[in-house]
Amino acid sequence: MKENSIYVCGFGNPGRQDDGLGPAIVNRLEDENIKGIATDSNYQLNIEDADNISGSDIVIFVDASIEAEEPFSFKKIEPSAEITFTTHSMSPESVVALCIDIYGKSPEAYVLAIRGYEWEFSEGFSLKAMNNFNEAYRFLLEKINEMLNSI
Amino acid sequence: MGRKITIEPVTRVEGHGKVTIQLDDAGNVAQSRLHIVEFRGFERFVQGRPYWEAPVLVQRLCGICPVSHHLAAAKALDVIVGAGTGDGLTPTGEKMRRLMHYGQMFQSHALHFFHLASPDLLFGADGDPAIRNVIGVALEHKDLAVQGVMMRKFGQEIIRATAGKKIHGTGAIPGGINKNLSIEERDEFLKGADPLNIDKMIDWAQAAVDFFKDYHSKNTDYIDNFSVFPSSHLSIVRKDGAMDLYHGVLRCIDADGNKLLDDIDYQDYYKHIGEEVRNWSYMKFPYLRKLGMEKGWYTVGPLARCNTADFIPTPLAQKELEIFKAYTKGKPNHMSMHMHWARLIELLHSAEVMKELLNDPDLQKDDLVTKGTKQKEGVGLLEAPRGTLFHHYRINDLDQIEMANLIVSTTNNNEPMNRGVNYVANEVFNGQKEISEGMMNKVEMVIRAYDPCLSCATHALGQMPLEVTMVDSDGTVLSQRRK
Repeated sequence: MKENSIYVCGFGNPGRQDDGLGPAIVNRLEDENIKGIATDSNYQLNIEDADNISGSDIVIFVDASIEAEEPFSFKKIEPSAEITFTTHSMSPESVVALCIDIYGKSPEAYVLAIRGYEWEFSEGFSLKAMNNFNEAYRFLLEKINEMLNSI
Repeated sequence: MGRKITIEPVTRVEGHGKVTIQLDDAGNVAQSRLHIVEFRGFERFVQGRPYWEAPVLVQRLCGICPVSHHLAAAKALDVIVGAGTGDGLTPTGEKMRRLMHYGQMFQSHALHFFHLASPDLLFGADGDPAIRNVIGVALEHKDLAVQGVMMRKFGQEIIRATAGKKIHGTGAIPGGINKNLSIEERDEFLKGADPLNIDKMIDWAQAAVDFFKDYHSKNTDYIDNFSVFPSSHLSIVRKDGAMDLYHGVLRCIDADGNKLLDDIDYQDYYKHIGEEVRNWSYMKFPYLRKLGMEKGWYTVGPLARCNTADFIPTPLAQKELEIFKAYTKGKPNHMSMHMHWARLIELLHSAEVMKELLNDPDLQKDDLVTKGTKQKEGVGLLEAPRGTLFHHYRINDLDQIEMANLIVSTTNNNEPMNRGVNYVANEVFNGQKEISEGMMNKVEMVIRAYDPCLSCATHALGQMPLEVTMVDSDGTVLSQRRK
């Protein structure tokens, strides 16, 4: 199994309350030292992530969401050339599309969207988001184990 | 009946921006305004916090240029801890910060050109919006897309190595830095596997400048005549007039190149620069006090820096600056699309500076922090990718921040962006009855040339769709669509 069979990428700004849910998931996951998992986190997704995901079989993007169903949603995504209007950042779908266009590789991609509620200048999650985080993390661990067994 | 056309928010810039174009009864532009929602709460938020937290706290402002805020805050706090105003750090402290800063400039400029600007150049303002983006570039100009990705990645890795991590970096601290660059880290950048090494980055940056010049030679009318209006230009420069993106003295020139400010210690910025509030905008309008609110506005950013600097202290970029300046016969350049040209010259300069720094053995030394006599107040300025960034703090006897004032680059460019929108609106909207995608994109293009960052620090999925709204003079919505 490759060291980066599954690539987990959390994104968001931990200085903006629940917006930091994605990086927090990655921080916790890194402590597990699971073989076959590569991780990264940043404020936002951007074009270099097309390169980062190109060597993996499966990619899981983890982000806070203002509209996901509670406590979280987990969905497979398809590549999309649609560029969000704030293209100082990119959507997970467009990162995958760019990866295909540049590298000819199409990792299986998913988004774990954790419902958040508060977005002010502060660190730490709202209570409801913290509960969602814990449930999402348990789910993610199970899902990763399941995926690793099938690779 | 007059019509008001609203583009909200502006595509491909950060955060919330709204363009309103008011048409009169004859269908001509009566007024245009760029509205930007700027967070003003941050300055109050930091009040009461220990001053040493500021370089990390300010990174909450923006997920796009956190390094610029990190370093500007650290520079202000250098003054407060008695480490001087930019010349008092240890060589290792200053050079590590410079490497971080030029890495930030490099990745930001690369992103802007390859991701935001090149689609407008390659596909034109009237190009199919479905492909007028980086995905379209990747499909039709794969080499450019790959270069953009890898240059951005290289800059991000420089930031990681110097700031400690990509999110909420802690590399710069009051009076210095908290880490040096190991030999292993250095060699990764100097001798990394192709293409992730500094020599390849310089080659590609030079190729990007050449790409623009070639495009310009074939599209001279488009590049030279899209939004041209006279402006003053402001930046910091090194004391000898060289371009210096990390530290220097304030210089401002008027539209003809005469110096309005020169050799000004930025600790005194507030004696020279005022901030006007207008009732229709959330964002302030900075101005030179000596010229007043009406005439004192100025432009910052790459075009301003190439206009204010006498020379660039790296050979390849200097050669390009000479070509740039010769194009306007040494006079200030006021062509909005030439901001892309200036940005690429700075991209090349940043790569050259990074190579110089990576070869400097001071980066491996251990003298990281300077201490001195504490002061109550400090100002930190630097040239962020989008222009001059001001951080100003005052602390109390408990070492808490009691006053903070920030003037971000995009705020400095508030008036010129409005003028640019007005110029383009008058060019393309007058007498038009139907509003095409191309017309709207031309308005956005002039804003994008400034690469504004509208304080977007949160980005949670589902936020901020694009809405285009057209209303008449009574406020009645005539049409609306979403992207």
